[in-house]
Amino acid sequence: MSAIENIPAEIQDNGLLRFLTCGSVDDGKSTLIGRLLFDSKTILADTLHAMERTSKKRGMEAIDLSLLTDGLQAEREQGITIDVAYRYFTTGTRKYIIADAPGHEQYTRNMVTAASTADLAIILIDARKGVLTQTRRHSYLAHLVNIPHIVVAINKMDLVDYSQEVFDRIMADYLAFAARLGIEDVHFIPLSALNGDMIVDRGERLDWYRGPTLIDLLEAASASHVDHQESFRFPVQYVCRPQDAANPELHDYRGFMGRVESGVVAIGDAVTVLPSGRETHVKDIQINTGSLPQAFAEQSITLLLDDEIDISRGDMIVKTGELPSVTKQIDAMLCWLSESPLDPRRKYLIRHTTRDSKAMLAGIEFRMDINTMEHQAAEKLAMNDIAKVSFKLAQPIFADSYAENRGTGAFIVIDESSNNTVGAGMIL
Amino acid sequence: MTTLTKQTLSHLDWLESEAIHIMREVAGQCSNPVLLFSGGKDSICMLRIAEKAFRPGRFPFPLMHIDTGHNYKEVTDFRDKRAAELGERLIVRSVEDSMARGTVVLKSADESRNKHQSVTLLEAIEEFGFDACIGGARRDEEKARAKERIFSFRDEFGQWDPKNQRPELWDLYNARSFKGENIRVFPISNWTEFDVWQYIEREQLELPSIYYAHVRAIVRRQGGMLPVTDITPARPGDTIENVRVRFRTVGDITCTAPVESDADTIARIIAETAITTITERGATRLDDQTSEASMEQRKKEGYF
Repeated sequence: MSAIENIPAEIQDNGLLRFLTCGSVDDGKSTLIGRLLFDSKTILADTLHAMERTSKKRGMEAIDLSLLTDGLQAEREQGITIDVAYRYFTTGTRKYIIADAPGHEQYTRNMVTAASTADLAIILIDARKGVLTQTRRHSYLAHLVNIPHIVVAINKMDLVDYSQEVFDRIMADYLAFAARLGIEDVHFIPLSALNGDMIVDRGERLDWYRGPTLIDLLEAASASHVDHQESFRFPVQYVCRPQDAANPELHDYRGFMGRVESGVVAIGDAVTVLPSGRETHVKDIQINTGSLPQAFAEQSITLLLDDEIDISRGDMIVKTGELPSVTKQIDAMLCWLSESPLDPRRKYLIRHTTRDSKAMLAGIEFRMDINTMEHQAAEKLAMNDIAKVSFKLAQPIFADSYAENRGTGAFIVIDESSNNTVGAGMIL
Repeated sequence: MTTLTKQTLSHLDWLESEAIHIMREVAGQCSNPVLLFSGGKDSICMLRIAEKAFRPGRFPFPLMHIDTGHNYKEVTDFRDKRAAELGERLIVRSVEDSMARGTVVLKSADESRNKHQSVTLLEAIEEFGFDACIGGARRDEEKARAKERIFSFRDEFGQWDPKNQRPELWDLYNARSFKGENIRVFPISNWTEFDVWQYIEREQLELPSIYYAHVRAIVRRQGGMLPVTDITPARPGDTIENVRVRFRTVGDITCTAPVESDADTIARIIAETAITTITERGATRLDDQTSEASMEQRKKEGYF
């Protein structure tokens, strides 16, 4: 690597963190994101200029940082956020992807969508209002989708005179219901997104708070789904058989291409191919034309095996002795995403890793009322409903529980009549 | 390359791995995909990602360029050369052919052909029966793009409906479509301009010469620089200046402006990008400034 002028040649690379911001309509979520981008100097002059113009046009004195995230015409007209928006910033040591999820009740599906790829969730609370139904709902969803870290940002501290008492009371309220949900890893931060207190800079008005700033927390958080040692799971995406007449060396080449969903694999490891159950060893691990001694979670690689085994897309390669469950019946928490309700009489398609299977609902055990956390009986599911269900599958899938393994515990439901993605499931 | 004892990926390795995964999903799920390759820097990165995704095999898709006929020769020459080096098939379809057919009608002879690429693209999709088009658009480029899915569904008219997008969860992409519809796929959605330059440097990717600083005749209009070319000649009263410039983005000549720069190596471009104060599209795309919602509008109409 050549030296980069004006920048240190070796910037410490702490990888990438994906996080989600959720809050009610007026919690100042867009302002918080705007502040993160602004203070990390990600907003460039022309964007700032356009924001200034629009803010003035709307009769505001200061720049409205929320303008940054209101992307669609309909959103600008209504002054609300409709869809998940993705934003990017870097601190020099880490790259961040923010998924900005809308706070409205009817958009639960967007929050689940945004949460599915997040390592951390920032849940915003308006210091004047405290813990609301929406706070509970967002926390439940973040927990349901198993986001490893939850940060509760108590915002608008400027409007409660930066009172520690208010902060402590909200924290106690939150902890009381978080304990009931089983949420363990929670951090609380008092802040003012509007004034920039405790986001990148500490400000001068929150002396009583000794914990980290928001950006310190983000810098320190582990992207934890690659941290702990999970079993090796390699869903086959694509089989490479070049059969290049000009190159006899490639005649017998059979490369199994995919991304390591979890765990580690090394050359020589004993592996089992599902569904056939055939056992063999890893002959080579390749990226492009180079060879690697081992590969780990999130790397896209090509596996070559010792024996010639018939393997196609949808099969899974795992380590011998670390088998997932091979099953045609699953129990799952399901979030329904479609305007047309889940119809128990219809067949759907389930996509799990790279594998598709026809599926039928076997039963709805209960629907979760995410406002009261009560279980209710249900015959059908409507958009934004969350329920515990069971499915019968036409083909076996190779699954782990979602709590153990996000990659092999998650599935989507597709309606073949529209090709739409209509449900998101987490295997129990 | 990542050290293999430390089990997290650097941010570039993560982005690259995600992009490879997305391309392989297209190959696994779609029956007749195509990769859009213009010779621009983003699509040059896409070709390297495709090599990493599919070598030693051939790409499971051809390359295609929708040529407005108003592209810099350095770029189209590079496009042809790169496709030949890779030994992959390149399809070129031209806006001028659509004009000859009468499916593209310009309001005036000097109207930018950029937005008319949509028509030619849709005609090519129909001609070849493509069910997926892989493109190099990024979410950091523009507000409407920030909300677009990685696998973005288009109806028979090529229209994007921003309020009715398929939910996209985990890494489970849904590329299903009926005949006549298609999916636009953006493997480098999560990359920023800075990531692209860092990747070009790391992978030592060759670029068309106009990305590097060079002296060019320009006139200044509306606060921006417009290169003086056969297609965009100077008007009476214009002052022609010879300025050292480079392009941050290359596209149709009529709507792509250079920036003043001395950066003649990738390292210098990266250094400039790190301290730049104007966004990529703001600096260089004359077509996006017309209205705040112009990209969203064009995407609804089938633009990439």
